[in-house]
Amino acid sequence: MATLQKTTRRNFMKLAAAAGGGLMLGFHWSSTSAATMEVITDAGIASGEITFNSYLSISPDGIITILSPNPELGQNIKTSFPMIVAEELDADWSKVKVVQAPLDTKKFERQVTGGSGAVPHSWERLRKAGATARHMLVETAAKRWNVNASSLTTEKSIVLHRESGRKLTYGELATEASGMAVPETVKLKDKKDFKLIGTAVRNVDNHEMITGKPLYGMDFHREGMLIAMVERPAAFGMKLKSVDSAAAKAMPGIVDVVTFKNNVAVVGKSTWQVLKARKTLKIEYEKDGNIESTSDHDKLFKDLLDSKEATVRRQDGDVETAFKNAAKIIKSEYQCPFLSHSPMEPMNFFAHVREDGVELVGPSQTPERAVGEVSKLLNIPVEKITLDLTRLGGGFGRRLQADYVLEAAEVSSIVKAPVKVIWTREDDMTGGIYRPAVRYRFEAALDATGNMIGYKLRGVGINAGNSTREDNFPSGAVDNLLIDSVEHKSPITTGAWRAPITNFLAFAEQAFLDEVAFSANMDPVKFRLNLLDRAKQTPVGAIKYDIDRMKAVIELAAEKSGWGTKKNLSQGFSVYFSHRSYVAQVAEIETRKGNPVLKKIYVAADCGIVVNLSGAYQQVRGGVVDGFGHAMFGKITFKDGVPDQKNFNSYRLVRMKEVPEVDVHFVNNGIDPTGLGEPALPPTGGAVANAIFKATGKRLKNQPFVLEEEMKGVNLGEKL
Amino acid sequence: MAQYKLKINGRSYEADVDADTPLLWVLRDNLGMVGTKYGCGIAQCGACTVHMNGTAVRSCTLPVSAIGTKAITTIEGLSEKGDHPVQLAWNEVDVPQCGYCQTGQIMSASALLNKNPKPTADQIDTAMNGNICRCGTYHRIREAIVVASNKMK
Repeated sequence: MATLQKTTRRNFMKLAAAAGGGLMLGFHWSSTSAATMEVITDAGIASGEITFNSYLSISPDGIITILSPNPELGQNIKTSFPMIVAEELDADWSKVKVVQAPLDTKKFERQVTGGSGAVPHSWERLRKAGATARHMLVETAAKRWNVNASSLTTEKSIVLHRESGRKLTYGELATEASGMAVPETVKLKDKKDFKLIGTAVRNVDNHEMITGKPLYGMDFHREGMLIAMVERPAAFGMKLKSVDSAAAKAMPGIVDVVTFKNNVAVVGKSTWQVLKARKTLKIEYEKDGNIESTSDHDKLFKDLLDSKEATVRRQDGDVETAFKNAAKIIKSEYQCPFLSHSPMEPMNFFAHVREDGVELVGPSQTPERAVGEVSKLLNIPVEKITLDLTRLGGGFGRRLQADYVLEAAEVSSIVKAPVKVIWTREDDMTGGIYRPAVRYRFEAALDATGNMIGYKLRGVGINAGNSTREDNFPSGAVDNLLIDSVEHKSPITTGAWRAPITNFLAFAEQAFLDEVAFSANMDPVKFRLNLLDRAKQTPVGAIKYDIDRMKAVIELAAEKSGWGTKKNLSQGFSVYFSHRSYVAQVAEIETRKGNPVLKKIYVAADCGIVVNLSGAYQQVRGGVVDGFGHAMFGKITFKDGVPDQKNFNSYRLVRMKEVPEVDVHFVNNGIDPTGLGEPALPPTGGAVANAIFKATGKRLKNQPFVLEEEMKGVNLGEKL
Repeated sequence: MAQYKLKINGRSYEADVDADTPLLWVLRDNLGMVGTKYGCGIAQCGACTVHMNGTAVRSCTLPVSAIGTKAITTIEGLSEKGDHPVQLAWNEVDVPQCGYCQTGQIMSASALLNKNPKPTADQIDTAMNGNICRCGTYHRIREAIVVASNKMK
C-alpha cells in the first residue's frame, strides 16, 4: 500500500502546494452519494488519512484541475470525463486542466478501458461531483453577500448576483468555500440546460500529441534503463528446447541474454543493438501441442458445424417442427479469419523490480490485472507494486492482456535492472492474442406468406468461447429458435478484439437477414421493422435489447440515406445492438462503367446523450473505418502453426484511398450515455456486403472480402 | 561503431552508432527525440516520417550512414511552438484519437504542402496513402490538410 499511496499523495501535495489555498474536493468514483465527498485539507494530506478516490480542485487563480483515472487510448475519455464534471460545475472550460491518475484500484473502481463502459459507469457520479462543488461556491458567495443562494446564478466559473450586478470568480471563492459543509444531496442540472455536454470539444492532449511529446510507453525513458527484446516460439504449439546465445552475447551493447518459460530475452543498451543481436540467436524448439494450419481449421469448421455435441445458448419454441412445416428454408454459412489487433504502438512496458518493490510504467487497458499478475509471478504483494499509466497508442483489446507486462517484470527481476521490453511489429503480429476465427451456419424457416417461423444459428469458433450472442435480435421476434455453439481448443492464442464476437457476428447475421428478406420478397428495412413490431407485440422469451431504440436508429438511417428513393445507387442496410448502444448503417454503391464503387456509409447511432460531439463523431467514423477495413482486408492465416502475415506488407490495413465518405447522425433521446467505443464497428461489414449484393447480385459470405470470387470487378473505395 | 555528424532541426548533433543504425533509433535512443515513432520498421506505416532536405522519408529504414550533410527535420523541429499551419489545422480539426501515428501524418502532410501548397483531394490521398492510422482518423486528416493549405496561402 505504502508506495501506491505515496505516489498518489505526492501528486496531491504538489497540487495543494501549487494551489496555495483554494478548494480541493475529493469524491468517489465508486459511490453516487454526494455525502461521501469531502474537502481535502493540507492537514489531511499530511496525515495520509485521505479516503476519497478522486478530486477536482479550484485554485485561487481559477484553474480547475480534474483527475481522470481511466486509461486513454483514443476513446477520448480524458476529455469527456472532465467535460461532465465541468458541465455541472459551470466551469470555464478554457481553465480546466486534466490529470491522468496513477493506478489505484482501491480508489478507482473500474480503472479499465474496454467494453465501451467508462462513460456509462461514471456519468452520474461525475455530475454529482461537479454539482457539489458548484453548490459550495454558490453558498460561499451567498454568505459573503448576505443574500439568498437561490438568487445567484453561475456561468463560466463566475457566481453572479443579477439584482445587484455583483460577481465573484470561482478562484476568489475557492479558499473560503473549502470551509463550507459538503451538502448531502445536490440538485443536478436539467439536461436541456447543458451548455458544454453535447458540444464539440477538442482533445485535451492535442498539443502534446501533435508536437511529439513523450506520452506513450514507447517514449518512456529512465536513466540506466536497458532495452529488452524477446524471441518467442515461431509456431503455436512449440516450446523451447535449447538456446545458443554466444554470438548475441558477444555483440556490442549487449548486457545479457536470459531465458524464461519459452522465451529468450536479449537485453542491451539500445534498441538497434538488441534487434541485431536477437537475429543471431540459435534456438531449437520442440513440439508441445497441436500444430495447426488454416487448411486444418477450414476442414474442422465443416465437421463441427454438423457436430452432435454443442452448447445450447438459447432455445425458444419447437424448431424441429417449424422447419418441418416450412414452405421455404434458407441456409447460409459465413466465415472469418483470425485478426491481429495491431495497435500502432507495439506492445511495450517498463519494469524495475527492486528489493523493496516493483515499479511498472506503460500502456495498459487493465492496469489492475497487470499488477495482480505481476504480483503472482514475482510473489510480491500488490501493495509493493506501483503502475503509472502512459497514454496508449491504440488498444483494440490487445492491451487488456498482461503478457507483455509480465515479460518486462520477469526480465527485470532476472537481470536486476530497470528494463523496457519492446515488441517489434513482427513480434506483435506473430505473437498471438488474435480475434478468433469463426464459422456460422444460419437457417431460417419461412411459412407460405413469408413470415420467419423458425431460426437457427450455430457458431463454431477456435478459442472463441461462446461465438454467438444468443439474446441479440432477432431473438425474441421468432417463435421457434435455436442458437448453439461449438468450441475448438487450439494452441493459437485469442482474446477480445474491439467489439468481441460481434465484430464478425453482426456482419454474418445482418447479411443473412438480408438474404431472408430478399427470399421473402420484403424490403430489408421493412423486414427488420416488422420483426421488431412482432417482438414488441408478442415477445418470445426474454428480450434483452430495447426495441424502440433499435427501431429509432433504423428509421433515422433510412431517412438520412434516402432509403429506397435513389434510383442510380445500390444501398445495403444493417443494424446492430452491442455494448448497450444501437447503430444502423446504410452503405451506398455507385456503379460506374460497370464497376461498383463504394461511395458513402450513412450512420445513425444511439449512444444516449452525446457527451463530446467531436470525440463521438470521430469515434463513430473510426469504428466504421475499422469495421470496413477489417471486413475488406484483414486476415491472419497459419501454416504449421506459424502465422503467414508478419508485418503491414502482408497484413493489409485500410488506407486513406480506400475510405468512403461517412455521414454520422445521432439520435438525441436524452438517455444517459450508453457507450460508443465499439458499437459503430459491428454493423459496417453487413451494410457493405448487402450493398454489393444489391449492385452485383452476389453475396459475400467470407471475410476478408478481397479474397472472395464475388469481389472480382468490384472496386471498393479506390477512386476511379 | 562510428561517429556521425547530423544536422537535425537546424542544429548539429553527434551520434556514436553502427553504420546501419536507422535514423529512427538514433533519434529515439541516442538523441532523445521521441516524437518520431516506431510502427513497423519496414517503411509501410509512415509513423517514423521525417523530412530530409524537405522531402518526406521513412526514418526506420534510413541508415544513419546514408544521411551525410542532408538536413533532417523531425516533428520537434517542424515549428518552435507547435504552431506550424499543419499542426494548427490538426488541432482545429481535432484529428488525433490515440495520437500515436499523428506526428508521422503531420510530417507527411507538411512535406506535401511544401511541394504542392494547393493539393487536390486525389493528390492528398496519394501523398498520405503511406501513412496508416489504426484509429481511422483519415477523414479528419484530409480535412486538416485542406485547412492547413488555406492557412499557408
